[in-house]
Amino acid sequence: MHKEFLMGNAAIAMGAVAAGVDLASGYPGTPSTEVLENTAKLRPEGVYVEWSVNEKAALEVAAGASYAGARCLVTMKQMGLNVASDPLMTLEYIGVKGGVVILVADDPGPISSQTEQDTRRYASFSKLPCFDPSSVKEAYEMAFEAFEFSEKYGTPVILRPTTRICHAYASIDVRDESEYVTHKPEGFIKDSKRFVIFPRLSFKNHGNIVKRNDELSEVFSNDPRNILTPPGKNSKKGIAAGGISYAHLMEALKDIPDDDKPSVLKISTPHPFPYSLSERFMRDRDEVLVLEELEPVIEDELLKTAGKYYLSTKVSGKHTGDVRAAGENSIDDVFSYVSKFIGIKPLEEPSDVLSDAPSLPVRPPVLCAGCPHRASFYAVKRAMKGKKTVFGGDIGCYTLGNAMPLDMVDSCLCMGAGITIPQGIGHIEPDTRCFGFVGDSTFFASGITGIVNAVYNQSEMTVIILDNSTTAMTGHQPHPGTGHTLMGDVVEKVDIEKVLRGVGVTHVETVDPLDLDKAIEAVKRADSKKGVKAIIFRSPCVALIRKGRALKIDENKCIRCKKCIKEIGCPALSVEDGRIVIDGSLCNGCSLCERICPTGAIKKEADHE
Amino acid sequence: MNKNIVLCGVGGQGTVLASKLIAAAAMKKGLGVMSAETIGMAQRGGSVFGNVRIGSDLFSPMIGKGQADIIIGFECGETVRMLPYLKKGGYVVSSVRSIMPTTAALGDTGYSAQPMTEYLKNNVAEGRLSLVDTLEAEKELKSSKVMNLVLLGAAVRTGVTGLSEDDIISALPDAVKPEFIELNTKAFFFTK
Repeated sequence: MHKEFLMGNAAIAMGAVAAGVDLASGYPGTPSTEVLENTAKLRPEGVYVEWSVNEKAALEVAAGASYAGARCLVTMKQMGLNVASDPLMTLEYIGVKGGVVILVADDPGPISSQTEQDTRRYASFSKLPCFDPSSVKEAYEMAFEAFEFSEKYGTPVILRPTTRICHAYASIDVRDESEYVTHKPEGFIKDSKRFVIFPRLSFKNHGNIVKRNDELSEVFSNDPRNILTPPGKNSKKGIAAGGISYAHLMEALKDIPDDDKPSVLKISTPHPFPYSLSERFMRDRDEVLVLEELEPVIEDELLKTAGKYYLSTKVSGKHTGDVRAAGENSIDDVFSYVSKFIGIKPLEEPSDVLSDAPSLPVRPPVLCAGCPHRASFYAVKRAMKGKKTVFGGDIGCYTLGNAMPLDMVDSCLCMGAGITIPQGIGHIEPDTRCFGFVGDSTFFASGITGIVNAVYNQSEMTVIILDNSTTAMTGHQPHPGTGHTLMGDVVEKVDIEKVLRGVGVTHVETVDPLDLDKAIEAVKRADSKKGVKAIIFRSPCVALIRKGRALKIDENKCIRCKKCIKEIGCPALSVEDGRIVIDGSLCNGCSLCERICPTGAIKKEADHE
Repeated sequence: MNKNIVLCGVGGQGTVLASKLIAAAAMKKGLGVMSAETIGMAQRGGSVFGNVRIGSDLFSPMIGKGQADIIIGFECGETVRMLPYLKKGGYVVSSVRSIMPTTAALGDTGYSAQPMTEYLKNNVAEGRLSLVDTLEAEKELKSSKVMNLVLLGAAVRTGVTGLSEDDIISALPDAVKPEFIELNTKAFFFTK
């Protein structure tokens, strides 16, 4: 063992590698992305890793490898599990041979997600065991242990950290390389009675799974990861917690005298729920409080415990309005819930220092200075000015095209819906010009089916592919269009233009969006054609290219009309004492503002006289 | 005694490197460290924070209100935003520089550094505030990427982090490429 300072996601990767993982697959999504990236970085000889095109593919690839006896790690964020839910629900009926750990990162807040869905609910829905770490250290250990557990019970295991575990860092003890498990897959042995799902097999295995989960409830009641701490002698109360809320709780309890401390139940395995343990926790308590984020999973289970064992213990939490129903539990929230529940005054009244502060600016995230997406959105906006339009948006950096002044995202639902939502609107409002914006990675993940749907069902629409040749939002992962893989291999690029033509899109143009006039012309040309048309706006992500020379404003020519700011909203442009200024440390020299300035006041430094 | 350090700024300013350096320096001394930071969409120009906790008795990586021994602010308005996290008598090291968000540039509300730095002067205890002209440092050192080390230097010299100048300098090679060590060392001592 030795100590390392690790991000939660890196710790999970290290735990999996130490457990002898043979194959790791996933699709990027905050806050899960760094798990697979770190697995790839640590990758011992013979271990296979891939960024799959989407989460469904990732899980199916892992299922296949598991049938061949391999230990597999699959990574995704919570909404990715929706995409992978089809194989997930059935894989539990089939079971696994090599251990399968499905890492699903939840995002209370949400901080970088569309929903606050709770993967613990998916665990009970799909009947899978679920491990829920409350610290970086525990995430490491759970990742290590989960493979053996998966093999012992023949089931995939969900490892479900949340953002504050994934993106927290801690100095923890980790195994030396000499202590790593070496695992050799047995290989795939044909057995159609085992690997081919049929109603008869489903029926038989359903019964077995229910029985096994009852058994696991007992196993988990004696699992040292589920901790029951007795109360102080003055306390008749208890607090149950899971995930990061448990860590916050332990901080809050530091200030409470031992005699007044409530009993604490830490739930590390929310499914199958350890009922014998929860019964022991609740038996002599008058009241228990539940601290958890997202869904009231533990709370529901304690209510069930009360019913099952005829207990009169009062259960407080989300259902009773004592704990917030939505959003993350901050450490301040937990301190105040605990002090209120135990009936002690908070150490210090929450400070109100900002009541007299000057008003602070709101800082919504924005497209980077020089981002080619800004130019793409602006070109479509200019080309379609005055026409009845709808702009379908999708998931990625370019969702930020919704911000003022661009205001170019009318809808955003989920991966791929940027292409299909406008189709629906078009069928109801045929006089609307329909546009679907999709990034290159999202195009491969779930855009292609929507385009086939449009071609087949005779939609009238223009698909705009924002091709910056990377998966930018999550930190620049490769995808089928980039020509390289997570293993480091250089491979044939899947050509977006050929895919579009292949599925029957007849009008396809590839344009550099930063060449504004040509870009606007291309949009007008596509819009004038019938059927499904596509424009590929191709220009690399600014974060991946050498910074160009910053532009400057000629004070003598600038008439301070603010057109540059009002039209494109670049973060490098701002106003200082009434003057328009360009922040040279942000400007990438993309020249979009230069093309907009009516007086020619914006130029490259070298072009100024 | 645990030390709680809050870093704050605007996405892209380099708060992450500063928290990594603090953590690496504390680890070298055999201390326990936990930290947390903003990753994801807010990194595109939104408000970002980092929490670093040093000590032996840590459960949560997050720092609560009124718990920070020091706030290191990369943008003066963001420093004001984080003031509720400061302990009574805690220290503040902040850039005097402001970054105008596009929303403010679009409207006529305006936003400037001066009211923010004034507010800090009036609300941080006497002798506990250090305002740093990071723009001057960037000009002098001819680099737009030195702000983190300039501020970190000023923060370490308050003495409140429990780390010495040597602790940070000896941790530099763990977090910075060899060719940038000289520049970052200069930046670290800029306010001395």
